[in-house]
Amino acid sequence: MSDVLTAPKPRRNSELMLLILALAAGIGAQFIVAMGAELPLDNGFVMTNGIFAGLALAIHVVLRIRAKYADPLILPIATALNGIGLAMIARIDLTMPEAQHAAGSQAILTAVAMVAAGVVIWLLKDHRMLRRFTYISLVASAVLLLLPLTPIGVPINGARIWINVGIGTFQPGEIAKITLAIFFAGYLSTNRDLILLAGKKIGPLQLPRFQDLAPMIAAWLVSIGVLVFQRDLGTSILFFGLFMAMIYVATGRISWILIGLAMIAVGGFIAMQLFSHVALRIDSWVNAFDPEVYDRVPGGSGQVVQGLFGLASGGLVGTGLGEGRPGLVTYANSDMIIASLGEELGLIGLFAIVLLYVLLISRGFRAALGTKDGFGKLLATGLSFTIALQCFVVIGGVTRLIPLTGLTTPFMSAGGSALLANWIIVALLLSISETARRPAVTGPIPSTDEQPKVLTQQQTSSRRRPADGEVGHA
Amino acid sequence: MNQAIRTSWIVAVAMFTLLFGSLTYVQFIGAEALTNNPLNRRTVLQDFGENRGSILVDGKPIAESVESDGPFPYERVYNEPNTYAHLTGFFSLSHGATQLESAMQEQLSGTSDSQFFDRIAGLFNGNMGQGASVELTIDPQLQQLAWDLIPEGQQGSIVVMDPATGDIMAMVSKPSFDPNLLAGVNTQVVNENMQKLINTPGLSPYINPATQELLAPGSVFKIIDTAAALESEKYDPDSELPNPQNLELEGTTYELPNYVSGQCSSRTVADFAFALAHSCNTAFANIALELGQDTILKEAREFGFGQELFIPTRVVASQFPEEDLNEPQLAQSAIGQYNVKATPLEIAMMTAAIANDGVQMKPQLVQSVRAPDLRIIEEPQPEVLNTSTSPEIANQITEWMVGTTEFGTATGAQIPGVDVASKTGTAELMQGTTGNNSWYTGFAPADDPQVVVTIVIENVDVPTGSQLTSPNAKKLLEAVLNK
Repeated sequence: MSDVLTAPKPRRNSELMLLILALAAGIGAQFIVAMGAELPLDNGFVMTNGIFAGLALAIHVVLRIRAKYADPLILPIATALNGIGLAMIARIDLTMPEAQHAAGSQAILTAVAMVAAGVVIWLLKDHRMLRRFTYISLVASAVLLLLPLTPIGVPINGARIWINVGIGTFQPGEIAKITLAIFFAGYLSTNRDLILLAGKKIGPLQLPRFQDLAPMIAAWLVSIGVLVFQRDLGTSILFFGLFMAMIYVATGRISWILIGLAMIAVGGFIAMQLFSHVALRIDSWVNAFDPEVYDRVPGGSGQVVQGLFGLASGGLVGTGLGEGRPGLVTYANSDMIIASLGEELGLIGLFAIVLLYVLLISRGFRAALGTKDGFGKLLATGLSFTIALQCFVVIGGVTRLIPLTGLTTPFMSAGGSALLANWIIVALLLSISETARRPAVTGPIPSTDEQPKVLTQQQTSSRRRPADGEVGHA
Repeated sequence: MNQAIRTSWIVAVAMFTLLFGSLTYVQFIGAEALTNNPLNRRTVLQDFGENRGSILVDGKPIAESVESDGPFPYERVYNEPNTYAHLTGFFSLSHGATQLESAMQEQLSGTSDSQFFDRIAGLFNGNMGQGASVELTIDPQLQQLAWDLIPEGQQGSIVVMDPATGDIMAMVSKPSFDPNLLAGVNTQVVNENMQKLINTPGLSPYINPATQELLAPGSVFKIIDTAAALESEKYDPDSELPNPQNLELEGTTYELPNYVSGQCSSRTVADFAFALAHSCNTAFANIALELGQDTILKEAREFGFGQELFIPTRVVASQFPEEDLNEPQLAQSAIGQYNVKATPLEIAMMTAAIANDGVQMKPQLVQSVRAPDLRIIEEPQPEVLNTSTSPEIANQITEWMVGTTEFGTATGAQIPGVDVASKTGTAELMQGTTGNNSWYTGFAPADDPQVVVTIVIENVDVPTGSQLTSPNAKKLLEAVLNK
């Protein structure tokens, strides 16, 4: 990384421009859907999009006030993805009976999630505050993961990952993603040195001590537990991947990755042997086009194969929004929304969308590089890597690169819990990027409850030397 | 820590790179294969409810799209559905399209390359969305007669074709079904109907038995043995063939018998005329053992075995074993048993090659494709498929086949004043069952062949089988010759 020491700039105006572009894409797509279906552009349309645009701009204003050095790309990207997702959900509603319409609730949940993001940014002046909640986060994660197994849990299609919260169902696992990331970041940044220095060295591999393996085994058990008791392969992969990434970043040791992969292999093998749903998933991945497998209930490959047909019919440029038949695919607006988007927007459209994800996570990693505290680095890496892994598991599953597991596409799939979780992740990344990009701080790293003092620009550029090669202002 | 963060980022970007790759594969490189996958309902959905072109027989539609009050502007209707079901196939929202509905999809829906300018013109004159109509080579009276000649409850197929052009004049199979049952818009009803059809014994609504069912041809295969023998020059038309009642093979306990109640047992040495007319098994088994498997296999290929065809509906390749056969297996293969399998159309094609001086024409089911303004946009021409044997050998075999009709196993096909060339076959089914596949294949007039008739009645006892083959062939041959 080159250490170009440009003067730090807030770049809020760039963000505003990009935000307007993002809103134009999302609202424009909504407009095309409404036009294509000859729906009236009534108050509902104006209000929904008005609120959406208003909230995006509100977050922008919050950033101007509370975190003016925050990364200028993250908010526009999240807004664009969410807007396109809303349009696609509204478009898929046209193929479904009224009772299953999802666009209205998705718009409301988007609003809730965006408000939550704004609130988090407003309250969380410095992300290091979260370090105080390390062990509370652990408890919270455990509670969140156990909730679906209590009487308020609602099993859907065999998976026990939802709870009934009165007005609807909620997936606590989505939030647990964040609390687990906070716990891992807190725990690893505190115990990093201990883990790093102790342990035997065999050849090039520095093996960890057994007691240092404890958190890894805990993460493994949590993942296996999710798989066994909640029957949710996707989330299980996600949790373990999150932990692997974070422990690797904390220690820089390949040995951890190898141990982790070995644990995945063991866990996966046992799961294949013991749980029919895992074995069925694998079989319907390998033999997807076998007519028997295609029609099998449960565990057939019909969904993924229909998704592939949809993607294929979209081809390079897509059928155009509203012109395809995404309704042929089950869960077209949630697990399979990528297939719906690919059918109507084509390969070119999907490339654009996937590139947005690449940019988003790259900005997250950039924040991790930029911030100077270990906790922030770990948290930003963990959260960014989660989004990347989730995209990989979902899109890889839909395109039959890997077996299909039920996970949401970040910001796009219908489902409030995921939206809420992802917008909070955006808030956290923005907050970390603010510390990363903010002009350097005098004196020692402040304690978490103390506001850091900010230097003027001249002082910064004179003081900043590429001492540790860590920071280059983007 | 930063180095590890960068490595993690590289891992993340690598994952996205894989996604770009798999998306490109699904949406671009492999898209065509996915679109053509038979499980893909989108192609049917695209055209369901459109004003699809008709499938015509002598100008009358056997499949047409008529305006509908239902949820789609048009619905597909099949006229004389059972008689033509195996030709038209079906066009179903939930089960896709088969046979002509599938093979002529582009023309019927108006999306073929030859209709490109019609589509452009349609943008301006409003004449949109009407597909081309497909006229078949089928003769409706002959098709009806063939249909009536297979009794209800029997399983079998009849193919009538013109040996000089390959035009198929009639092609029926029973049991049949009503494709209207599958053309409805109510998916649940259609699924129930499909379930009932699939459970009908002897019926698969997805295939046309005349072109896609592989059957043991039995003695009709001896025509190929004869052609192979004469081509080899180890035999000539006057050769004396050993014709023991039982063919004992060295080193095995297996014995291949001649048909016990037939004429073959009256001679232990026979000429071709006698052996073919009375269908003597041991004579032909001896020929195959003398010539070897490769020679018979090569001859079978020259008569169309091993060749998948699209006429334009799919004709599966008939099979002669390619793996090494021991002597009993080769002896059985020579008389069309063991693993020799042929479609009824292949037997008709083999016969047509003999009738047409050894030249096998490609079978044709489509006569012409017409745009909505009746302009002809496609008109398949007669096409040579194989040169199966020489004219001399073909004429020699014809002469012997005439003998089969005059004094052999096919006397039921005699037509006064006309020389009919015939060959019959009785193929045993699996051991332990009493039924046989009863075959007739032949053509007339022998000196100027106008028509080839092939009949197979499946799983019948021998007397019923012979009642339903040669006498019925006579009726079909007469129907064509009396036109």
